[in-house]
Amino acid sequence: VSTETNAAPLNTPRSSTELFLVFTRLALQGFGGVLPVARHTLVERQRWMSIEEFTDVLSRCQALPGPNIINMSVCIGARHFGLRGSIAAVGGLLAAPLAIVLLLGVLYANFAQVPAVAAALRGTAAVAAGLIIGTALRMSDSRRVRNWRALFGVAAFLAVFWLRLPLAPVLLVLAPLAILAARYGQGTAQGTAT
Amino acid sequence: MMASLEPLFENFARLPVLAFDYLVLSLLSVGGAASVLPEMHRNLVENYGWMSSEQFGQLYALAQAAPGPNVLVVSLLGWQSAGVAGALVTTLAMIGPSCALTYWVDRAWRSGTAGTWAAWRSAVDDGLAPLTVGLLAAAGTLLAQAAARSVAQATPQEALQATSWAVDLNVFAVVLTVAAMLISWRTRFHPLWMIAAGAAAGVAGLV
Repeated sequence: VSTETNAAPLNTPRSSTELFLVFTRLALQGFGGVLPVARHTLVERQRWMSIEEFTDVLSRCQALPGPNIINMSVCIGARHFGLRGSIAAVGGLLAAPLAIVLLLGVLYANFAQVPAVAAALRGTAAVAAGLIIGTALRMSDSRRVRNWRALFGVAAFLAVFWLRLPLAPVLLVLAPLAILAARYGQGTAQGTAT
Repeated sequence: MMASLEPLFENFARLPVLAFDYLVLSLLSVGGAASVLPEMHRNLVENYGWMSSEQFGQLYALAQAAPGPNVLVVSLLGWQSAGVAGALVTTLAMIGPSCALTYWVDRAWRSGTAGTWAAWRSAVDDGLAPLTVGLLAAAGTLLAQAAARSVAQATPQEALQATSWAVDLNVFAVVLTVAAMLISWRTRFHPLWMIAAGAAAGVAGLV
């Protein structure tokens, strides 16, 4: 599904060093989620890929384990410079943010006991918890989580939160069932999806 | 300064445990790192007792406030467990297997052999979506519980023993959690503003 409707042709990164630097740049701009910044940088600013290609890579990466943005970096890096490109893109995405987060960790260890800092952390942690639940609620509005499909979500929640079961067996049971159910659902729905 | 460097190199014996746990979690992280947070909590807080639930929640919040991919929460958890070496081990273990799998699948895809699997790919996508939602909800509820029970300066052992909701229920923390939940569900406010508001509420002495 390639569309070459845009007037200007796409660019390519000149080297894996450029790949590394562009991914470092976009990672450092990504507060609370890198994906929107990645889209802006790769599609609109660098013009390394069309929005259709970006969406295509994203949907492919969503079916695989691991953070979407990191999986996408693997794919985009590989597209230009093979394995070296993948390493450059993922390395760029992680190196500088890792240094920053570790610096925060050292500060946390040294100042978490200061009353004002401890209070700020308590407020921050309460908000961060709400943000995850909000994300789950927002995702549950999707058609993918409607009707009987929601039962799989409820089962996962109960198994992990309430029964405190280890994740590996929970997923080994629920994931194949959920995937097979979705596959069967495709067959019974009208065949426009494929 | 020496005091701050000391924890960087302790607890080497924990490294193999971290490596094994996170290599497995990498392949289980459907929908991203947040969906395996409950399993990380189960291991680090409930099974090993390497940190309190409250510390776990604060490290997660710290990672949210920093730039970059959210998966870097595993670096902070590794750092808290076993210093800088722990951070490197958890980070590399968490991204290694999923990156290798992605690289391999991407190659198969581009060589054309995976084209016939399109229907299965969208089935995997659709099937895993509700599981991701359930796991995210579990992660959020666990963190909300930790925040609501937050007892300042509790040791991991003390925090583990505090199993009753009635003990030190921090009502304002619950209010903050519910507010953040509703705002992020129903509006497009940037999460960073809400994190900052939470920190401000804490400093103001409300939490």
